[in-house]
Amino acid sequence: MDLQETLLPGVGVRYELTTGSGQVLGIVVQRDGGAEIAVYDARDPDRARGMFRLEPEEVDAVAEVLGAPRLTQRFADLSREVPGLRSARMTVRSGSRFAGRPLGDTRARTLTGCSIVAIVRDADVVTSPTPEELLRAGDVLVVIGSGSGLEELDRRLSEQA
Amino acid sequence: MDHVAALLVELGLLFLGLAVLGLLARRLGLSPIPFVLLAALALGDGGLVPLATAEPFITAAAEIGVVLLLLTLGLEFSATELFASLRRHGPSGFVDLVLNAPPGFVAGLLLGLPWQGALALAGVTYISSSGIIARLIGDLGRLANRETPSVLSVLVLEDLAMALFLPLLVVTLTGGGPVAAVAGIALSVGAVLLVLVAAQRHGHHLGRLLTHRDDEQVLLRLVGLTLLVAGLAQAVGASAAVGAFLVGLALPATFADRARAILRPLRDLFAATFFVAFGLSTDPSEILPTLPAALLLAAVTTATKVGTGWYAARRDGVALFGRLRAGTVLVARGEFSIVIAGLAVAAGIPELGPVATGYVLLLAVIGPLITRFIEPVAARCRPAPTPG
Repeated sequence: MDLQETLLPGVGVRYELTTGSGQVLGIVVQRDGGAEIAVYDARDPDRARGMFRLEPEEVDAVAEVLGAPRLTQRFADLSREVPGLRSARMTVRSGSRFAGRPLGDTRARTLTGCSIVAIVRDADVVTSPTPEELLRAGDVLVVIGSGSGLEELDRRLSEQA
Repeated sequence: MDHVAALLVELGLLFLGLAVLGLLARRLGLSPIPFVLLAALALGDGGLVPLATAEPFITAAAEIGVVLLLLTLGLEFSATELFASLRRHGPSGFVDLVLNAPPGFVAGLLLGLPWQGALALAGVTYISSSGIIARLIGDLGRLANRETPSVLSVLVLEDLAMALFLPLLVVTLTGGGPVAAVAGIALSVGAVLLVLVAAQRHGHHLGRLLTHRDDEQVLLRLVGLTLLVAGLAQAVGASAAVGAFLVGLALPATFADRARAILRPLRDLFAATFFVAFGLSTDPSEILPTLPAALLLAAVTTATKVGTGWYAARRDGVALFGRLRAGTVLVARGEFSIVIAGLAVAAGIPELGPVATGYVLLLAVIGPLITRFIEPVAARCRPAPTPG
């Protein structure tokens, strides 16, 4: 896989991914958190055509969609192969400031680098929860991340409302 | 009408006029700067409509406009981006300087300007308009293009050159000889480096001092600090513009985003007033005789900017049409050319005004137009895609 990162002064960062099948995907992540996703002209490979503009919330949603399922899939292998990566279960206690708020409000990925791959709620399991998923007191979150990231998230979740 | 009534009516009509011009410019896909300059030429002494009452206010507001323009330029800057651009695109920045400043200097001498005036004209032809260009790249959907990093890096390096050039220009304009000029450069290099390093280490203190929940508090603190530093810089013989730029540079990146958002409306208002003031200070009847010179200079420096963009994009491995896009998008000159010309005119070289006005009028219009037109032309010349 070939992923190149280029600085766009005053704008943000541009990523260019050449896929195995030879297609090229361009992603511009802007300073304000928004992004543009582009494919390139077959005749002029330097020119972006067909652009998606994503607002910051949309970027978060896309990141969750692409990030979480892949992590769940690879979780079993990864935690065996990668020494730094750990998983944990964390309970949303009643009185936590995140009980009754959407999952996205925890900003777990941004602040602690942890991924919440599933929510266990009574007998149900919500796999790959979206940022809109409302957390309830008693929910158990299945989380993957570094040791310190997990501790930080645990502290954050137990903050009182 | 009494004085206050006349002042308010004149300013009201002026800003409404600017609004209409701005709308017209956006419709045509152009920058409002040339329209504002043209309108300002038609106003004031020697123009169609006198702005007798409002002129003193406009002149004072123009000074604030320059300060805010340079403050936001400094805020755009981050040390990481600057050093990354220098490492990767240093040669392109050098080619930019070598190709685009000398034509202005030579033209200035040929036009009979004193050498300080020629130096200012070199700055006018060198500096592209980052405002016009950033907007063009967004409007034309070129953000993700492969030539865009090289274009933006050239602009960052021009901003750095501007920070070093302005103090040098101010020193020479106030009558300093070569020794004073060298001292001026050394001083400005020192000041910029000092502020950059200090901002890395201690910028967050300054950021904390200015940060507040309330936008109004941030605005008042930021504008107050900037005007104070700009005024002190002016008092010690550097330029107010340089002082404001250094304030922008010193603020940490975390604070800069919010500061930019809060300042934008204020900056737009005062910057427009600055363009009006510059147009007012120029006698429209003097532009016509200098127009052939301005045209020739515009033609030459269009070619040199295209060459610059071509070179910068080629270093990034971009193909023919991408190089043409990069070259043509850099042609636009605008706000900072006028800031430089304004400094020279204020320092007693009024002959520079008409040439610079004509030159910026031409290139602020021609630049965006040719880079727009290069796309369909390039599309037609392109070889047909190989099937499959």
